[in-house]
Amino acid sequence: MNKNSKSFELLFRGLAILLAVLFASLVLLLAKANPLEAFRYLIVGAFGTTGKILDVLVSWVPLALATAGLLFTFTAGLWNIGVEGQITLGAVFTTAALRLLMNSGLPPGLIIFLAILAGALGGALWASLVGVLKIYGGVNEIFGGLGLNFVSVAITIWLIFGPWKRPGTGSMSGTEPFPRELHLPVLGNSNLSVWSLVLAVLGIVLVYILLRNTYFGLRLRAVGKNSRAAFLLGVPTNRYAMLAFFLCGIFAGLAGAVQVTAVYYRLIPSISSGYGFLGLLVAMLVNFNAIWAALVAFFFAALNIGSIQLPLMMRLDSTLSGVIQGSLVLFVLLMDGVRRRITGKR
Amino acid sequence: MNVELRHIHKHFGKVHANNDITLKIPSGSIQGILGENGAGKSTLMKILSGFIQADSGEIELDGKIVTITTPADAIRYGIGMLHQDPLDFPPLKVIDNFILGQPGGLFPRRRQAVKEFMDLCGHYGFKLNPEAYLETLTVGERQQLEIIRLLWLGAKVLILDEPTTGISALQKEKLFETLKVLAKENKTIIFVSHKLEDVEGLCDRVAVFQRGKLVGEVKPPYKTEELVQLMFGKAVSPGCREYTGLNDIAVKLENLSLEDARLQIKHVNLEIRRGEVIGLAGMEGSGQRLFLRALAGLQRPNTGRIVVDGVDMSGKNYHAFMKHGITYVPAARLEEGLIPGLSLMEHVVLSEEKPGFFIDTGSATAETNRKIDEYYIRGTAASRVEALSGGNQQRALLALLRSPLNLVLLEHPTRGLDIESAIWIWSKLKDRCRQCTSIVFISSDLEEILQYSDYILVFFGGKVSKPLEAATTSVARLGELIGGKGWEEHS
Repeated sequence: MNKNSKSFELLFRGLAILLAVLFASLVLLLAKANPLEAFRYLIVGAFGTTGKILDVLVSWVPLALATAGLLFTFTAGLWNIGVEGQITLGAVFTTAALRLLMNSGLPPGLIIFLAILAGALGGALWASLVGVLKIYGGVNEIFGGLGLNFVSVAITIWLIFGPWKRPGTGSMSGTEPFPRELHLPVLGNSNLSVWSLVLAVLGIVLVYILLRNTYFGLRLRAVGKNSRAAFLLGVPTNRYAMLAFFLCGIFAGLAGAVQVTAVYYRLIPSISSGYGFLGLLVAMLVNFNAIWAALVAFFFAALNIGSIQLPLMMRLDSTLSGVIQGSLVLFVLLMDGVRRRITGKR
Repeated sequence: MNVELRHIHKHFGKVHANNDITLKIPSGSIQGILGENGAGKSTLMKILSGFIQADSGEIELDGKIVTITTPADAIRYGIGMLHQDPLDFPPLKVIDNFILGQPGGLFPRRRQAVKEFMDLCGHYGFKLNPEAYLETLTVGERQQLEIIRLLWLGAKVLILDEPTTGISALQKEKLFETLKVLAKENKTIIFVSHKLEDVEGLCDRVAVFQRGKLVGEVKPPYKTEELVQLMFGKAVSPGCREYTGLNDIAVKLENLSLEDARLQIKHVNLEIRRGEVIGLAGMEGSGQRLFLRALAGLQRPNTGRIVVDGVDMSGKNYHAFMKHGITYVPAARLEEGLIPGLSLMEHVVLSEEKPGFFIDTGSATAETNRKIDEYYIRGTAASRVEALSGGNQQRALLALLRSPLNLVLLEHPTRGLDIESAIWIWSKLKDRCRQCTSIVFISSDLEEILQYSDYILVFFGGKVSKPLEAATTSVARLGELIGGKGWEEHS
């Protein structure tokens, strides 16, 4: 087989998936569980009924939005670890807007719309802060983002137990749920909101178009691959880095807004649910391609939902999904390295 | 220790960096190694100190043939090297740096080391505080530390690579004094430099390198002309030249002063006429690059003004300079010039300012193919730049230059290229001159400078010569100035 062909690359991808499955099996065997049984429950748990599939989509929406945003920062060569905090701030801004407007007499649809916009703004502001710290303060975006993640959690806890606490005493279960008319409408008696699904699909399509064949996408790639050369060729590199953070923040903020308006209907302490970190894993796997990002995000969401079955049926912890996701990313990156070594490409 | 090198060869790809070098250095002497950048002197020293291995040849120490594979090996044999930029650890204390290279156990014998450190300092008259942090020391003091560290580790041969760069005159005097004492103590000193004056004032014998070969060994009394001639070869014929300059000033420097960590350039005044070519000569690190970057707005001047087309560019950044038709072409093609991972077509799109949101792939491909034909680039519009050869990358960089341009600034435009590629690139650049573009370029190739420049500026340790007319300047005169001689008439 030709060593540089596409099929050679796919072979290594397949090998990586196989290794990840083997590794997960090994972990299961160590936990004295039958791997085949566990994988069967995973699949049934994710796709067994229509309701399950819709649940997967509920989990897919915020993950897809966060990943779509991260494609901007990845393309620009930036490690936006702060995406978790940006999701959280999106949720905080959405909650604030809803609280502010809920008694204003405006039509509920408009209030929800404004609240989601506020979420996008919150995420964008929080991400811009990382960008400003990096570009004007010389703070590496990994440290800036990590620090701001902690701050965002602190803000959430403070709001839940302080200014926004439930009547009586505040609790870890979050703020007072919003009335029904301020929820995004759901499909039948499922948990899936068509509006949020549309939002995520639109987001993916938009990122796909922007990064594929536009001047903006090309300049962003140039900054990511060699920012010094891009600067000498006339690309305003700082502006594009800022823009990447800002756009990523918008998408992360939207993910947070969806969590409030379509999933929890209130602000809870861990509102980001780890979708930001999971999105980083997805983005690492898909090589800047938004369509692949959507598919891999769907697979990861299915693992999340499917693994809920494990504690019920086999008394295993549901974190097995995390083991599979993590090992998958590691093996894909590892096999990429092996392939490069074989083909002699650096 | 007697050092003998026999028939040393070293290739880097096509470049024959050391070509059959045979050199005998007796114990207790100071051996000078003189040559241009790229003459092969550093390569030979790296082979002797274990950083790299020779392709073939022998190294003999005190009559015994040895194989040196690492720097640690070299120091075990008694060979220590002082690098041009000290390889030390600025955030650590002096004494920690001193102990660092010592082989041995988990816990260094610190108190003993401090005592020996103080003894050595006392012996050579160095005033170093063992508890000071290294970053508070001057380059000269760091050299002193490095010298006694190597002696402490048992060095009997000391190699010094361009040690007088970046230290004060007083420290230089102290350094030379120390080296003479060391030679009396029967140490072998190898002194690598391009500064004629230093070599003449210090060395018992000088070996001159040119293009990978040892072209001559000279003993005192030294004649400067002889050294210059050995270093740069015989005078070249300028060939046919065509002056493309107009009487119209494109860029004007008024009282420009610049500074970086190593160098200061003071009060430069210069007028660059349209269509004119100015070559910047000098050893690498003498200030040419700093000067060139300032002309592009990549380095802020301390004082003075750069005026382009009558507009004062003070405080403006590179992109503002670009808007005024100034472009910088760096030497590091894949690090600064091009973007590995992107195709030629994508580079063409990036380099042009076109309105619109979507890229018109069809017309961009057509434009790229036109440039590929015009610049004889071996590749296609979809070729990634890192897959092109060096010459093709350089042609691609030229193809990316916008039109029209006021001033092109080039770092080493033909470095690493074969003769035909170099001639072709200059013919393209001269075409630009005929379209009223001025060129300022850096080169370490004197022939290139003499052949293609209208005027030459020589740099030496941050000093800048007056513009020399290339047509009437000789290699010998340039060589002297580059080596730091004959500057009196310039001050």
